[in-house]
Amino acid sequence: MALLQISEPGLSTAPHQHRLAVGIDLGTTNSLVATVRNGISIVLGDEHGRAMLPSVVHYSSDGSIEVGESAQALLGDDPVNTIVSVKRFMGRGLADVGDTGRLPYRFVERVPSSEQSASGHGMVQLRTAAGIKSPVEVSAEILRVLRLRAEASLGGELVGAVITVPAYFDDAQRQATKDAAKLAGLNVLRLLNEPTAAAIAYGLDNASEGVYAVYDLGGGTFDISILRLSRGVFEVLSANGDSALGGDDFDQRIHCWLLEKNNLSALAPHDTRLLLTLARTAKEQLTEHSQTRITALLSSGELIDNVLTQDEFQSLSQNLIQRTLQPLRRALRDAKLTVADVKGVVMVGGATRMPQVQLAVGDFFGQTPLTNLDPDKVVALGAAIQANLLAGNQGGDDWLLLDVIPLSLGLETMGGLAEKIIPRNSTIPTARAQEFTTYKDGQTAMSLHVVQGERELVSDCRSLAKFELRGIPAMVAGSARIRVTFQVDADGLLNVAAREMGSGIEAAIVVKPSYGLSDADITRMLQESSQHAQDDMQARAQREQETEAHQLLEVVQHAVEQDGQLLDQAQRAHIESKMVLLREALQSKNQPLIKRSIAALNEATVSFAQARMDKSVTQALSGKNISDLEIKS
Amino acid sequence: MSAADFDLSENYFQLFGLTPSFEVDAARLESAFRALQGQVHPDKSAHLSDADQRLAMQRSTLVNEAYQTLKHPIRRARYLLSQHGVDTQEETNTVMPVDFLIEQMEWREAVADAARSRDAAALEELDARMKTDTRELERQLAVKIDAARDYVAAADMVRKLRFMEKLAEEIDSAYDEIDR
Repeated sequence: MALLQISEPGLSTAPHQHRLAVGIDLGTTNSLVATVRNGISIVLGDEHGRAMLPSVVHYSSDGSIEVGESAQALLGDDPVNTIVSVKRFMGRGLADVGDTGRLPYRFVERVPSSEQSASGHGMVQLRTAAGIKSPVEVSAEILRVLRLRAEASLGGELVGAVITVPAYFDDAQRQATKDAAKLAGLNVLRLLNEPTAAAIAYGLDNASEGVYAVYDLGGGTFDISILRLSRGVFEVLSANGDSALGGDDFDQRIHCWLLEKNNLSALAPHDTRLLLTLARTAKEQLTEHSQTRITALLSSGELIDNVLTQDEFQSLSQNLIQRTLQPLRRALRDAKLTVADVKGVVMVGGATRMPQVQLAVGDFFGQTPLTNLDPDKVVALGAAIQANLLAGNQGGDDWLLLDVIPLSLGLETMGGLAEKIIPRNSTIPTARAQEFTTYKDGQTAMSLHVVQGERELVSDCRSLAKFELRGIPAMVAGSARIRVTFQVDADGLLNVAAREMGSGIEAAIVVKPSYGLSDADITRMLQESSQHAQDDMQARAQREQETEAHQLLEVVQHAVEQDGQLLDQAQRAHIESKMVLLREALQSKNQPLIKRSIAALNEATVSFAQARMDKSVTQALSGKNISDLEIKS
Repeated sequence: MSAADFDLSENYFQLFGLTPSFEVDAARLESAFRALQGQVHPDKSAHLSDADQRLAMQRSTLVNEAYQTLKHPIRRARYLLSQHGVDTQEETNTVMPVDFLIEQMEWREAVADAARSRDAAALEELDARMKTDTRELERQLAVKIDAARDYVAAADMVRKLRFMEKLAEEIDSAYDEIDR
């Protein structure tokens, strides 16, 4: 039904109403929700007017869950059950987490389910007083609080949300984020890269043109994006970063310094948490002051009392800052640009408040970085602006966002080598097909290992999934032609399809996500979260489905009236019969039947929709000099 | 229907309203690309049905693919030659002029030396020379395709350019090595 709106932008298919949409910055340290109200993007506060929700979740043995400030208050007393910086565990295995001893959690290596990779990998999980929790579930708690905050503030149900992710997040991390949003009852309009969201907020605010670098150092992730802004188009030229580097690491450096200064080794979880909290405070103090004093009484009775100066902190954190400069150089090279081409540098993320970070970035680019937008809020503000656009509220005054995939996608070939199928910094959505053949007579199955990363060896790349293709017709070795298609959608998520070209047989794909959750996991989690008004969700889903059915009928009706000449009699009769069936299904209130009938009508109109799209593209391009076709800014 | 076998137009040049040739007006290509993406990008149909979003993704994917093909000289040449029924045989035809191969080997040794001695200045000089040589090859390729219409000779030059492309990749990873 979309095409109708694309073909005839002036004609409205439904009475115009403002659709409630939000942008959510799901941060390592803090999370925010924002929306566009009266044309202006604003961050929504809680009942006390606080904009930032600490990304902290506490689990009690009675099953109750605290999120945000109230959870943070329990951090000192119950560090094991109070999860902070959960974003660092999203889509990550135990081995990725590194030195687990530095963190006060009880990690559980995921037990591979039948659908899980046999290699035993899997997303790390946390044992809490309320049972074992996956990072996806913990993140969903944070998102749920933000959803409820937005619904209370906006006075209605949300049409959808744009959730931001670090640009350098890989497929497993992105998928985990999307799963968390689903679990929190959110309709994900788009996963949006954080630096891109910041660029939208900044670019639209300042009507900027030219090449900009967005340096985004968050609580746990680092991104650098190079964008070209021109005439209402935001084109990401390259993205790079480190999805395990952020403000947290600066806290860790101070923490380690404290341990060293006081000759401490293994600490109780309470003490570890106490020192980490003090380290963070010290870091923040050093933004404004030249030195800070750290005092603490450990559970052993030992007293800590140290003074840390800005100079000392700078030398402690020097190599962390250096680690951000390498991705920067690489991003510029990938964009085929030099420092001189960069017109402005936008600073994003709370950690960019550190003076040594601003100095190093300023030095690198030879210009003072821009800090006129609040680095804590700019991502959420940009996400809200994009959500408003995606929800269809923007009218004609819109812009185009062209983003890229940050890491190459490939397949394992003989000898454990990774062959790149889609190179990094490809504009999304994108697709690439590759053909494979069988190496044995009568071979009917084939297994493929999908990896992401830039390194030559599969073992140095991130394993995303293993696929088994079954049902290949038995043939002589080398005569089957299996075409495997990688499709990356606008969220940066990968889908793989396979087909035997000779016979046209669609090979069945069994997906074994290496770190992600299987559909069965998601279903189980949804069932388990019964306390979150499952009935309500079901009722909502029904209403949404019925609304969708009505809209679809209206739009198809309009399309047939408008462009019926594109259909032959049989096609027209086919579409009309599916419309009748959908109307009957709506009468019967039979939800599964409505769902099937919507799908059937959608299916029946696909070629019609394509014909209309072609017509509109032809119309748009005919009779005009192509160079006159410009995007309105 | 998969994105791969989806055909929006007969050829990529047509899609962007350009005449098929190796020399392209980059500004015109870009503005046509943006105009098309402005219509088909999935962001334009994010509030619509799943079927519409799927279709938008396929259209947008194809427009991206077409744009990338025409934007990059080697891919553009490969595409043009294939339209004229000439395969560039980059995987199979390894016959290259001896002096060209010797030159390539010298390049690679120089890049490896620069990486080993962490000599960024030497690498930058190699990078600049490589870019100049590449541009010269592209200029000659334009003459072969657009003026002489000698597609077989053009295929030889595409293979040479492919060597230069690999060299560029090696220079890139040498930069990374020096950075580390």
